[in-house]
Amino acid sequence: MATFTLDRKELEKHIGKITPNMIEKISMMGTPVEDFNEETISVDITPNRPDFLSMQGFIRGVQSFLGKKPGLKEYKVEKPEKNYSVTIDKSVKRVRPFIACAIVKNLRFTDEKIKEIIDIQEKLHTGYGRNRKKMAIGIYPLEAITLPIKYYAEKPEEIKFQPLEFPREINGRQILSQHPTGREYGHLLQDAEIFPIFEDAKGEILSMPPIINSHKTGKIDENTKEVFIEVSGFNLEFQKKAINMIVTALADMGGKVYAMEIFESGKKELSPNLEPEKMHFSIENVNKVIGINLNEKEIKENLEKMGLGYGKEKNQCFALIPSYRTDILHEVDIIEDIAIAYGYENLVPEIPKISTIGEENAISIRKRKIAEILIGLGLIEISTYHLSTKEKQFKNIGVKEFLDETIEVIDSKTENNILRASLLANSIAVLSENLDSAYPQKIFELGRIFFNDNKSETGIGEKEKLCVSLCHEKANFTEIKQVLDYLAKMLNLKYEIEEFSHPSFIEGRCGEIIINNQSAGFLGEIHPFVLKNNKIMMPVSSLELDINQLFQ
Amino acid sequence: MAEINEIDRIVESLSPNEIKILPFLKEHNLIKITEKSGLDNTSTLRALEFLSNKKIVELKTKQEKMIELGINGILYTKHNLPERRLANLVCEKNSISLKEAQRQSGLNENEFKAAIGVLKKKALINVLNENLVIAGSKEEITSKTLEERFLETLPKKLEDLKPEERYAFNNLKSRKEIIELNDKKTIEIGLTKLGERLISHDFSSLKGMIEPVTPSIIQSGSWKGKKFRRYDLKSQVPRIFGGKRHFVNQATDYAKKIWLEMGFKEMTGNLTVSGFWNFDTLFSPQDHPSREMQDTFFIKNKTAKLPDKTLVEEVKKAHEGKIKGSKGWQYEWKEDDAKKVLLRTHTTCLSAQTLKKIADNKEFPAKYFALGKVFRNETVDWSHAFDFNMTEGIVIDENANFRQLLGYLTEFFKKMGYEKIRIKPTYYPFTEPSLEIDIYHPVHKKWLELGGAGMFRPEVTIPFFGKHIPVLAWGPGFDRIIMEFYEIKDLREMYANDLNKSREMRIWNR
Repeated sequence: MATFTLDRKELEKHIGKITPNMIEKISMMGTPVEDFNEETISVDITPNRPDFLSMQGFIRGVQSFLGKKPGLKEYKVEKPEKNYSVTIDKSVKRVRPFIACAIVKNLRFTDEKIKEIIDIQEKLHTGYGRNRKKMAIGIYPLEAITLPIKYYAEKPEEIKFQPLEFPREINGRQILSQHPTGREYGHLLQDAEIFPIFEDAKGEILSMPPIINSHKTGKIDENTKEVFIEVSGFNLEFQKKAINMIVTALADMGGKVYAMEIFESGKKELSPNLEPEKMHFSIENVNKVIGINLNEKEIKENLEKMGLGYGKEKNQCFALIPSYRTDILHEVDIIEDIAIAYGYENLVPEIPKISTIGEENAISIRKRKIAEILIGLGLIEISTYHLSTKEKQFKNIGVKEFLDETIEVIDSKTENNILRASLLANSIAVLSENLDSAYPQKIFELGRIFFNDNKSETGIGEKEKLCVSLCHEKANFTEIKQVLDYLAKMLNLKYEIEEFSHPSFIEGRCGEIIINNQSAGFLGEIHPFVLKNNKIMMPVSSLELDINQLFQ
Repeated sequence: MAEINEIDRIVESLSPNEIKILPFLKEHNLIKITEKSGLDNTSTLRALEFLSNKKIVELKTKQEKMIELGINGILYTKHNLPERRLANLVCEKNSISLKEAQRQSGLNENEFKAAIGVLKKKALINVLNENLVIAGSKEEITSKTLEERFLETLPKKLEDLKPEERYAFNNLKSRKEIIELNDKKTIEIGLTKLGERLISHDFSSLKGMIEPVTPSIIQSGSWKGKKFRRYDLKSQVPRIFGGKRHFVNQATDYAKKIWLEMGFKEMTGNLTVSGFWNFDTLFSPQDHPSREMQDTFFIKNKTAKLPDKTLVEEVKKAHEGKIKGSKGWQYEWKEDDAKKVLLRTHTTCLSAQTLKKIADNKEFPAKYFALGKVFRNETVDWSHAFDFNMTEGIVIDENANFRQLLGYLTEFFKKMGYEKIRIKPTYYPFTEPSLEIDIYHPVHKKWLELGGAGMFRPEVTIPFFGKHIPVLAWGPGFDRIIMEFYEIKDLREMYANDLNKSREMRIWNR
């Protein structure tokens, strides 16, 4: 989700005075207004609508949605003039195979407009272009270059030019290490033996995509009237959409779009193509999915509110999808557009009369029963995070050997970077954090723990556990065994206790709980060493039990 | 007449301790009242409080500096001050060697030196040739010093000191732990008009009133013909706390009940899943930003097994645009990304697993729900947590439509206490149409996004069913829904487990 901040006055020139009602409407277009004041208005743009990331694209959307200029907006592409071409050499196949391009003339740039264009470019790079990985955009003043253009790959040491905003000429490899943009995006070329470049008819290097333009030939300013635009990358369809998003925005600024010829292995293709795409759909499906009853005329009107066209051939209807829309993959995407145009707020919620029988999961029922029993004993339930630290999970409770038990997550944004291996550790931590709370402190937790298990689908096993900890002046083995005893009695279970050794407990006061000849957990008195470690100055007795073993 | 009854009522409600202190209230001094009534300090205070509740006394607390005996002070009032012990010895012997004097006086080095210093300063003794000799008259020496007299009057308020007492105080305060100066709350006890009348009341009639009801009173029937003392019903009682479920679980139990009542079956499953179930079956393209580290907790050194080949193949086809009527994402789908192991980022992976089960049994219409933990690799703030609950639901029905989705959600939120929710268009890779549910947070004065819902795309359903079956699906975050009820301003409080707060927290009463 990207937040896009627009100039309020500029927007009002095109859509009229912005009222609270209009703010609400804009939100209901799927672009919620996050913030607005006298100067600006900020909207959230979802990743399916990168075409809304330009002022022009957004205005276009709002104008049709509010019914000011509904319907498909057509864009004309002029035929290529002499030398309006790019030749793709096969050397780029392995490093950055595809390009889409266009020429736009008749532009009148101001400082503001240039900033806007760079802004669109950056926004598309980040989201749609996945930080230039999937596609990157280059814009060049046509005045500074000599057509036609060549796109090929070369050894980085052989590539020499002055990158944008850099004092001198350096080679391709140096750009990655010395230029700020090179350092930021260098990883995209790191493993390549040859780097892609655009070169003009005079042999001037225009750019080294996806990193940087040339300072000489790749910098637009207020005097720029005509531009060459290219989008390079790995997914031609994506790149075509990207170039369409940019040139339609420039066309909305008053630019005139010219096609270019792309030559590749003897084949010729024209770029860009701003023709709308035809997609068939059925009115019946529209009404069935949304649960409404629109006729053909209403469907047409709603499509037009979304900037789509409507047509019919051989008794089958189709939508005309603007060339810059990236998100219409299937008929359902047209249906959603109609639903948005109709207005979610106009849909009447309905609960159908279909008969199904509710059923709670067995493990949920068990957990609830255990909780009820323990609450009857005056215990308070706690709930702790599933992520933890090695410190908390192991060291703090006296466990020294834990390498085999740790399951780590990658690059956690908090200190918590392992999955919890027991509930006991968390319960001791809670007691340790509650030194100021009144005693007795009697707590329990029901929850999932994780362990390595090669037989499972993910290599990780999960178990539902119960942990009880009693902490007060007279907490001891007898009391925790009484809890176990009561629980077993209520669940009609027989259990046995065997001597057990666990680093958190006092030797000789720690037992293994055996149910149906199987180990089901342990209980005992926590060792004073562990208590001191956690600054707990009261005795603690605890138990941890596998819940599934209680209900066999 | 009425007034007499009123007095009687009060008299009958007096506890034995209150009656014990009543005659001494004129002392107006807590220590004296305690002393004379023979009660301990706490009992006296409580009795006074009860009397104050009954408007018999008026209590005013005052912060004052009190001079009290220190540890040595207490000792010396029993065994005399060092200078007294030494003075008595010298007085008895007229003259005594220093060494002998220290031995016979039983004073330690420090005490001995201090005692000589004090006595010399008062010109009561002299040191001559290593001998101590009397300087003044015997009467002078044997009469009590200012300090001794002062110590006998302690404890005393600092502000009440007379000049000669202040002199003694200054002398003593520099010596080791003889006296100490403490901040004391003193209570001024004043009698009300009612108190004045009660103080001379004859309480002999109260003899034999029944205090606590005991087994022997019941058995013997000794209560017959006797009066029960009236209790002070309004006085504070010591607090007790009961056992209770964690407040989030109280709310999840309730939410589960809502879904169960609407005929939904519960789904549960593992918290660790493969990318295949969490993303791929849900048509999230493999280069979708949420699959990168910033949002997902991937597990180190684990590779998941994929389910049966047919499903994997169908999912691949959906992504690559090989399903009829769909363009897909147009890239080459790879098994490697699907095999990554992660903490589920939504409970929707349970829905995907359930679709597989339903497709195998062909049992629908069907309705399922889940309420469980999901994980996001986020930095934590008041409205973001890395570990929170989500409430998931799916309805699989040939006739399911978008309005019904609104119907289920509206009903659920109404039962959760939200009459007004905002439903607006949004985007998820796996649903179309999609919607976002917002609730208004009155404290932060902001719409809070709870997460989304929608109808599963054909690219999601076709790999399971072989054809598109409409599935309504939702998965709003749950913890944010209950913040308002519990008056929680920060999600970090949810799992802080502050036992004091847990004990005080109201119960979920919807």
